[in-house]
Amino acid sequence: MMTITFHLNGEEVVLQDFDPAATLLDFLREERGLTGTKEGCNEGDCGACTVMVSDPTGAKPLNSCILFLPQLNGKSVRTVEGAADTDGTLHPVQDAMITHHGSQCGFCTPGFVMSMVTAHKNGATDHDVQLAGNLCRCTGYAPIIRAAEAAAKAPVPQWISKETLPTATPAANMPRSADELAVLYEAKPEARLVAGATDLGLWVTKGLRDLGEMIFLDGCADLKEVSENEHEIRIGAMVDMNRLREVITPLHPSYGEMIRRFASQQVRAAATLGGNIANGSPIGDNPPALIALGAHLHLRQGNNRRVIALEDFFVDYGKQDRKPGEFIEAVSLPRQADRLRVYKLSKRFDQDISAVLGAFNVSVTDDQITAARIAFGGLAGRPKRASHLEAALIGQPWNEASIAAAAAELDRDFSPLSDMRASAPYRLETARNMLSRYFADLNGTGQSVLEVRS
Amino acid sequence: MNLGKNLPVGKPLPHDAAKLHVTGKARYVDDTPLPRGSLHLAFGLSTIAKGRITAMDLADVETSPDVVAVLRADDLPFTNDVSPSIHDEPLLSDGTVHYLGQPLFLVVAKSHRAARVAARKGVITYAEEDALLTLDAALAADSRFEDGPRIYQKGDAATAIAAALNQIEGTFELGGQEHFYLEGQAALALPQEDGGMLVNSSTQHPTEIQHKVAEAIGLPMHAVRVETRRMGGGFGGKESQGNALAVACAVAAARTGKPCKMRYDRDDDMVITGKRHAFRISYRAGYDDQGRLAGVEFIHLVNCGWAQDLSLPVADRAMLHSDNAYAIPAIRIESHRLKTNLQSATAYRGFGGPQGMVGIERLMDHIAYDLGLDPVELRRRNYYDAPEEEGSPPRNVSGKVSSRDNTTPYGMEVTDFELHALTDQLLESADYQRRKAEIAEWNKGQSHLKRGLAFSPVKFGISFTLTHLNQAGALVHVYQDGSVHLNHGGTEMGQGLFQKVAQVAASRFGISMEKVKITATDTAKVPNTSATAASSGSDLNGMAVKAACDTIRDRMTAFLAERHQTQPCAVVFDGDRVRIGAEEIPFEAAAKQCYEGRISLSATGFYKTPSLKWDRIKGEGRPFFYFAYGASVTEVVVDRLTGENRILRTDIVHDAGASLNPDLDIGQVEGGYVQGAGWLTTEELVWDGKGALRTHAPSTYKIPACSDRPDVFNVALYQGENREETIYRSKAVGEPPFMLGISAWLALSNAVAQFGEGYPALNAPATAEEVWRCSRRLTDGI
Repeated sequence: MMTITFHLNGEEVVLQDFDPAATLLDFLREERGLTGTKEGCNEGDCGACTVMVSDPTGAKPLNSCILFLPQLNGKSVRTVEGAADTDGTLHPVQDAMITHHGSQCGFCTPGFVMSMVTAHKNGATDHDVQLAGNLCRCTGYAPIIRAAEAAAKAPVPQWISKETLPTATPAANMPRSADELAVLYEAKPEARLVAGATDLGLWVTKGLRDLGEMIFLDGCADLKEVSENEHEIRIGAMVDMNRLREVITPLHPSYGEMIRRFASQQVRAAATLGGNIANGSPIGDNPPALIALGAHLHLRQGNNRRVIALEDFFVDYGKQDRKPGEFIEAVSLPRQADRLRVYKLSKRFDQDISAVLGAFNVSVTDDQITAARIAFGGLAGRPKRASHLEAALIGQPWNEASIAAAAAELDRDFSPLSDMRASAPYRLETARNMLSRYFADLNGTGQSVLEVRS
Repeated sequence: MNLGKNLPVGKPLPHDAAKLHVTGKARYVDDTPLPRGSLHLAFGLSTIAKGRITAMDLADVETSPDVVAVLRADDLPFTNDVSPSIHDEPLLSDGTVHYLGQPLFLVVAKSHRAARVAARKGVITYAEEDALLTLDAALAADSRFEDGPRIYQKGDAATAIAAALNQIEGTFELGGQEHFYLEGQAALALPQEDGGMLVNSSTQHPTEIQHKVAEAIGLPMHAVRVETRRMGGGFGGKESQGNALAVACAVAAARTGKPCKMRYDRDDDMVITGKRHAFRISYRAGYDDQGRLAGVEFIHLVNCGWAQDLSLPVADRAMLHSDNAYAIPAIRIESHRLKTNLQSATAYRGFGGPQGMVGIERLMDHIAYDLGLDPVELRRRNYYDAPEEEGSPPRNVSGKVSSRDNTTPYGMEVTDFELHALTDQLLESADYQRRKAEIAEWNKGQSHLKRGLAFSPVKFGISFTLTHLNQAGALVHVYQDGSVHLNHGGTEMGQGLFQKVAQVAASRFGISMEKVKITATDTAKVPNTSATAASSGSDLNGMAVKAACDTIRDRMTAFLAERHQTQPCAVVFDGDRVRIGAEEIPFEAAAKQCYEGRISLSATGFYKTPSLKWDRIKGEGRPFFYFAYGASVTEVVVDRLTGENRILRTDIVHDAGASLNPDLDIGQVEGGYVQGAGWLTTEELVWDGKGALRTHAPSTYKIPACSDRPDVFNVALYQGENREETIYRSKAVGEPPFMLGISAWLALSNAVAQFGEGYPALNAPATAEEVWRCSRRLTDGI
């Protein structure tokens, strides 16, 4: 039996005897009658259920449809009903949305408003990025962006700026450190680890599955640490994707740009690096980039720790090198000169799962290729290095001819599938073309459609 | 006219519910507080596309936690049908399975989740048959609605094509489209004391819901009342697709005596409900060296899915827009309405018009490429003539008096063609010529990236082609305190209809908007309504409300004139006041005086569109009251290595007549364009070889996101007024702007054409993969 404490629109809520797999969205709508927060897709892809969640690190927009209640312990939730002041004074983004005709049918609007309230509080003005996780079918977005721009200069209202946080109620299945987790998980290796729940949430909302015993990792502060020394950067497994973007961008800007397009602001605020690796998805976007960087995975079971090359973790489709009771503590990356480029190919630029994700890291000395780490997502049942391609490149001169000659080797590395995202030939050929793009980019002649302006 | 000048009509007021939207207070069906003991519904769905059910074992469903009842087709008390047309759509399968995702049984449970969990526990045994999943398969099996193809023609197209200097032909695929209304389908039925039913439905067509529910529970329509305050988006997807939920709720509510609610989970919504019709369009044309069309032939293969639904009028409208803006001397359009084992395709913004229009715009693009002519110039040479001005004869684009036949392929004279002046205005505001040259220059320096620029016009026919639907009713009350209660048959799905019509009502009484109360659409207030569809909402309901308001105002005028010893012409309603000769009193006082004078302050209003005459079998007559016009110029950039592409800039001039509310109309234009561009670019529906929809959630079906809107997005309304007598000379604006998105697809074609020799021949949607495929063919000849 667990108890949790959180703030909801400024008021303390203490929950006991509740289903830990219940989502915040269902709680708001069905238990609290707060029906302003909408269910649009129930899988974290439309943003209609967005709420603002504050914790000691700040305010984040989150999809309440795939947010389990225990994840709120010690945090503060603000829904659209709490965007305006208690006397009815509207938040500046609400005013602007009315003035600029930012709502038509109004169903996506509460989610937009809460994404905008959160971005406004954080002083973020990259509106397309902040709102990539909110779908609108009516307006074509233009008036919403006008509203966001109009509201940007207004000060953060006092009722939004002064969000207070309650103290989390301790619970047996909410460890507060990696050590506590190690003990707990070793004792209950069948339990389900819940990090950001952006994947597990769908097991409940779409798969209608019973998750059994759950261990919530959010309280493990040490798993959220990032440390650096002269040789490597070590990133805790519970570092979320928005934080990862901040850490990675100065080191490897292309990877940082890929994370900008990884899901949406809401999903990135919840999703963790460890989760993106541990679920073993063949289309997770971090593993290929990390493999290209030569990352290592730090695994722990009880007090036994081991370190493996990240690519070795992914054994086969749906199969990872992880023992019962073993969890990811961290990922470490060797420091290196930035030669990394990451190319994410999807039907839509923002918030889309990759058809192909290619990560290239090729070293050149005196115009000779001396090392190559190239990995792909979307081309096999697991994130995988292009070892034939790498071998064909090493020792060759760094020029267009050798790039073109080596590219054919990809056929030996991969035989991708055709599915609703892309056909096999498209996947394979664009993967080859990514190598030419990489060559052009490193020579300073590459240009992406994202950089072109009218 | 005893009205003042400072009227709400024409003002850019916000949406009536904007404040409710932004505060989360706007209530949708699923937000309605439920009485204690309310029940929740879910359908058990078929897992094959075609066959017979040989056994249906629902024991595990019945014993699933919190299940109250499980209904099969045999348990339905009266009609098992939710079709809006020919009764071919059972609520629950009668034993035959027509598509993968078809409702087979109905679970009634104590919670939404319990119903969903139980619905997956059915054990169904099938005798599976070969499903018709493609147009080719349906054509080969001669599986179709109607006996054979419908053909509309004017002149002898085949001869005209053969005699022309140049000929061209082609075929392309044009995909369907998921509506992706943000609010999924939902309904709630509350049983009443006398067996009647109150239904709260997210529907564009409350009367249809009333009709189908009445049939299903075996009562007259008077026993069923349907209320719709708002939808969270409709786009045509809630014209008929809400029937199943409302009927299921009513049947379950009648059986259990408890309120019953049903809402589809998003994945179920996408798997169960119909989408835009996919087409394969073949074209053949003959033309001279200046690009003037002599004859055109189209063949439309229309994927209607398993049930007829609204497919016939959709396919008709596609034929009726096969000319778009062009006077074609001889044309033949052949339309095959094919029946397949997929979701039953249904109404979607434009209702076939967009598909027909894409056909002719593709043809124009192909000819422009073939002749090396500027695509705008080619189009202008073929435009219908502008109407006569002040007694002068019709003129063509070069200013010469035209002797051309200015009638459509269905014999309707085009008398309101605004596109000559509108195109001039757009080309100038878009800086078309300069940018075209600049882009050509830029492209010379690029190998992997190319920019493309394209223009497309829209001429869209306004009216339901089923003539009897062109009617509307309204109910208006003026209370003794001067407040006004407004009701009409139109439904609000975000388009701003309620506000535009309220602006009409306020203007007729010369009062401010605060005095007008907008109320939910209600079949008990206004009966026998048509769907809010065909862009007709403000045209029809605005006129009906005007009639109701004028009836009351005329009664007030007569009474006040008499009471104040003056003439009716001296009674003026303006600025929340009424001037009566030399006196002036507040509107409230006027209302009170009228009440005390025993004047009826309640009236109905009615309107039917004049001048319509249409024979859909022959394809002759005047199906439309008028045309709405618009044009757009889109610039894109594409990368041939991956096919990735973006819209860089879009300029639009759109004709909303004398707009009732220019800001709301611009909202329709911006939103329509982005939705139209989405249809033709990223929105790809994919079924597997068994007929399972693989793109059944926003994770796999990609509507435009925020950053997909054009970087530069300039939208202007054309300054003009409707030449026909519509409400304040405005024009319908719901659907026409959707087709402005065609220029995005053509711009991609223009960009891809820069990669090599040959016409790109893009299919739609032009996903990154499709752009890559066509670019590769031009570059490498693969």
